[in-house]
Amino acid sequence: MNNLLAVIFDGVVYSSWLFLMAAGLTLIYGVMRILNIAHGSLYALGGYTAATLAGAWLAAGQAAIGSYAMLVAAAVLVGLVMGPLLERGLLKWMYGKDEVVLLLVTYAAFLILEDAIKLVWGVESMLLPDPYSLPGNFHIGTLAYPVYNLLLIAMAIVVGLALAWALYRTRQGKLLLAVIHDREMSAAMGIDVNRVYLVTFTVGSMLAALGGALTAPMIAVSPGIGVEVIVLSFAVVVVGGLGSLGGAAIGALMVGIVRSAAVRYWPEAELFTIYFVMAMVLIARPKGLFSAPEARKI
Amino acid sequence: MSRDRTLPALAIACALLLAAAAFAPQWLVFLLALALAKGLVVLGLVLLMRTGLVSFGQGLYFGLGAYAAALLSHRAGLADAALMIVAGTVCAAAVAAILGLLLARYREIFFAMLSLAFSMILYGALVKSSALGSTDGFNLHAKAFAGMALAAGLERRVFFAVSVVAMFCVGWLLHRYLASHWGRLSAAIRDNELRVEYLGASVYRVVYVNYVAAGALAGMGGAFAALAVGHVDPETAYWTTSGEFVFIAILGGTGNVLAPFLSAAIFEGLRTVANQYAPNVWQMSLGLAMLAIIMFLPGGLWTLLRRRGAA
Amino acid sequence: MSAVLVCDGLHKSFGAVSAAADVSLSFERESVVSLIGANGAGKTTFLNMVTGYLKPDRGSIRFEGRELTGHTPREITGFGICRSFQIPQLFHSLSVRDNLLVAEGIAATERAEEATDEVLERFGLTQYGGQPAALLPEGVRKLLDVALALVARPKVLLLDEPTSGVAADEKYGVMDLVMGAVRGQGVTVLFVEHDMDIVQRYCGRVVAFYDGRVIADGEPRKVLDDAEVRRYVIGEEAHA
Repeated sequence: MNNLLAVIFDGVVYSSWLFLMAAGLTLIYGVMRILNIAHGSLYALGGYTAATLAGAWLAAGQAAIGSYAMLVAAAVLVGLVMGPLLERGLLKWMYGKDEVVLLLVTYAAFLILEDAIKLVWGVESMLLPDPYSLPGNFHIGTLAYPVYNLLLIAMAIVVGLALAWALYRTRQGKLLLAVIHDREMSAAMGIDVNRVYLVTFTVGSMLAALGGALTAPMIAVSPGIGVEVIVLSFAVVVVGGLGSLGGAAIGALMVGIVRSAAVRYWPEAELFTIYFVMAMVLIARPKGLFSAPEARKI
Repeated sequence: MSRDRTLPALAIACALLLAAAAFAPQWLVFLLALALAKGLVVLGLVLLMRTGLVSFGQGLYFGLGAYAAALLSHRAGLADAALMIVAGTVCAAAVAAILGLLLARYREIFFAMLSLAFSMILYGALVKSSALGSTDGFNLHAKAFAGMALAAGLERRVFFAVSVVAMFCVGWLLHRYLASHWGRLSAAIRDNELRVEYLGASVYRVVYVNYVAAGALAGMGGAFAALAVGHVDPETAYWTTSGEFVFIAILGGTGNVLAPFLSAAIFEGLRTVANQYAPNVWQMSLGLAMLAIIMFLPGGLWTLLRRRGAA
Repeated sequence: MSAVLVCDGLHKSFGAVSAAADVSLSFERESVVSLIGANGAGKTTFLNMVTGYLKPDRGSIRFEGRELTGHTPREITGFGICRSFQIPQLFHSLSVRDNLLVAEGIAATERAEEATDEVLERFGLTQYGGQPAALLPEGVRKLLDVALALVARPKVLLLDEPTSGVAADEKYGVMDLVMGAVRGQGVTVLFVEHDMDIVQRYCGRVVAFYDGRVIADGEPRKVLDDAEVRRYVIGEEAHA
């Protein structure tokens, strides 16, 4: 029983992290039809900026509780800076090109940012253990878990609810939904599609950076942390259906729990199980669990 | 309507490279051998791109080809390069034949990322396998070719020469294929799948065949790469390796079967220089170059040659 | 006189929209029939069901006795039913000649090059032979679209608005070429059309659609004078 609880809890923790990454990715794809490979770099930037900001905060002797705010601030900062930079500075010039070409453009951006990170922060690892160890542990049965994990789960839930509320209840959100549904029609109706793109990409970047910032205390922040994240996030987004927020949540849960079970019972197959789930879902539903219906072509 | 100069060009390239195999310094032989091996992989990519598909996962077959070749010497005690090349190609083709059944149903982004995902499965399996050396991989030793023992020190030159012949044969075959009905049909599928179905042809079948062919080519390239380097590791299946292949494909363009080999040579040359003098900005340079090509020269470098030739 | 294509009780709805409601039609061999109706009346849905792009919710479609529902467009093309499209479906980066060569290759025509030359000649496309399909004027695109459909020598040819988007003074030219290409080959032709002059000139029978139903079916003169057709299709109220 302990084992099962542990698997589920681990799974939910991992899912929370996956959801943060997948939510931004799926939103950007849904609105802009771009699969953003640079998402991985934004994750890494979030991690590095968080390590820098929170590290400086703690080194200056400030209250430890503030370091958590620093993590979030780092994410917001990265989003507000990189989002417009990438969208206005690069993507804007590429709209209208084939989807796969846009994929290659974001891949190029990813390559550029990977080296840019190395130039700014060097190749040494950065560690930020305090926010992780500070709240201490709690116990489930005989197992001890860092409270930080609960923070992660809480964060994911809060973000998910906030996004859902923003999308479905606010006017701005409904404009976004309209653009997701039919870009041309929205533009014809007078929606400023360019602004919607900018906002979407910025929010998506913030989410990726948040994923990185919250992960920073748990790992050694070093070059290359953004690389594997991309493929994992994509798997989740594909399972859930490109452009579906609810799908991202469910996809994250499915992948997270399956992976957690694999890690406990069959560690060699960890990566395999994730992509196995993805392949199985795609066989049953070729466009993912929740995908938009397609208009008639002829 | 220009005369088809591909066969003479291939023959000349073949002759020049064979001369290099015999007389060029070791470092150049190594660079060219690796370039040719990657060129084979990219040739398969070009075939897929002609059909309208970009695979971000050719590393799967490249890695399979490399490891299959290496395992022959590691496990089966066979040190014959010819067997290794065949093993690499066949192994990759077999896996492609199975995965292709699923992947041939997908297009665009889904195809790109699904192929990536499968290559990552192999990567994960290789990294976790201590029997296969995990992230370090292991070495491969080939001492003979098709039964003939090779003089020590000459092996790499011989393998390179074999890869040159492979380039010639495969390049010519693919050139004929692309000029045939199936080649035209592949381009038609890229342009308008629906119409192809409405004309009575099976899109799935063409995509499947092209996918398996690309997989086989990547496997062959992997075997040759393993022979050139003398070592295999999981990096061959990593998605960034697949990304390199895509970059080389875009660099050269899809205009001619020679383009992949040419651009692979340029790529390897540049990489050698970058590793020497500026290793920390290599990826950035790649990214910038890719953007430049996408924006200013979408047909790849080959279009430059085409324009001059057509004058 | 035999019925080559028989549709019985076809129903198709998309949510609340009824695109086909109890459509039963029968077409004789070598007849030339025009399908008319306002946009959204169900004409293209009908063509899509016959060619297998859509599956009817209920009903059957028989071609020379064989049931078509459940088959794919590729299979139905193989049985001998070909179609052209409202928006020409071409291979945009290939030349006109290569477009046709693809079709000839699929149809496994012997001496494909000569056959292609013949088609280019017959449709007046020879001068466009080397041009990429994407750069053609609209009327030429339509012609190529129809030419592609004819390569496989179909027994039934479905044309979806063959003259829409074609300049007014070229419409007759296009239809003359198309009808000339099928004359004497035992082909049954169904064409969707909005231009009533074209309808009157080229077909021997008219079927009028409205709201997914067939509201009139018969000789052109009779159908075009029908009160309901005048109201729902042509758009003229009959004043006392």
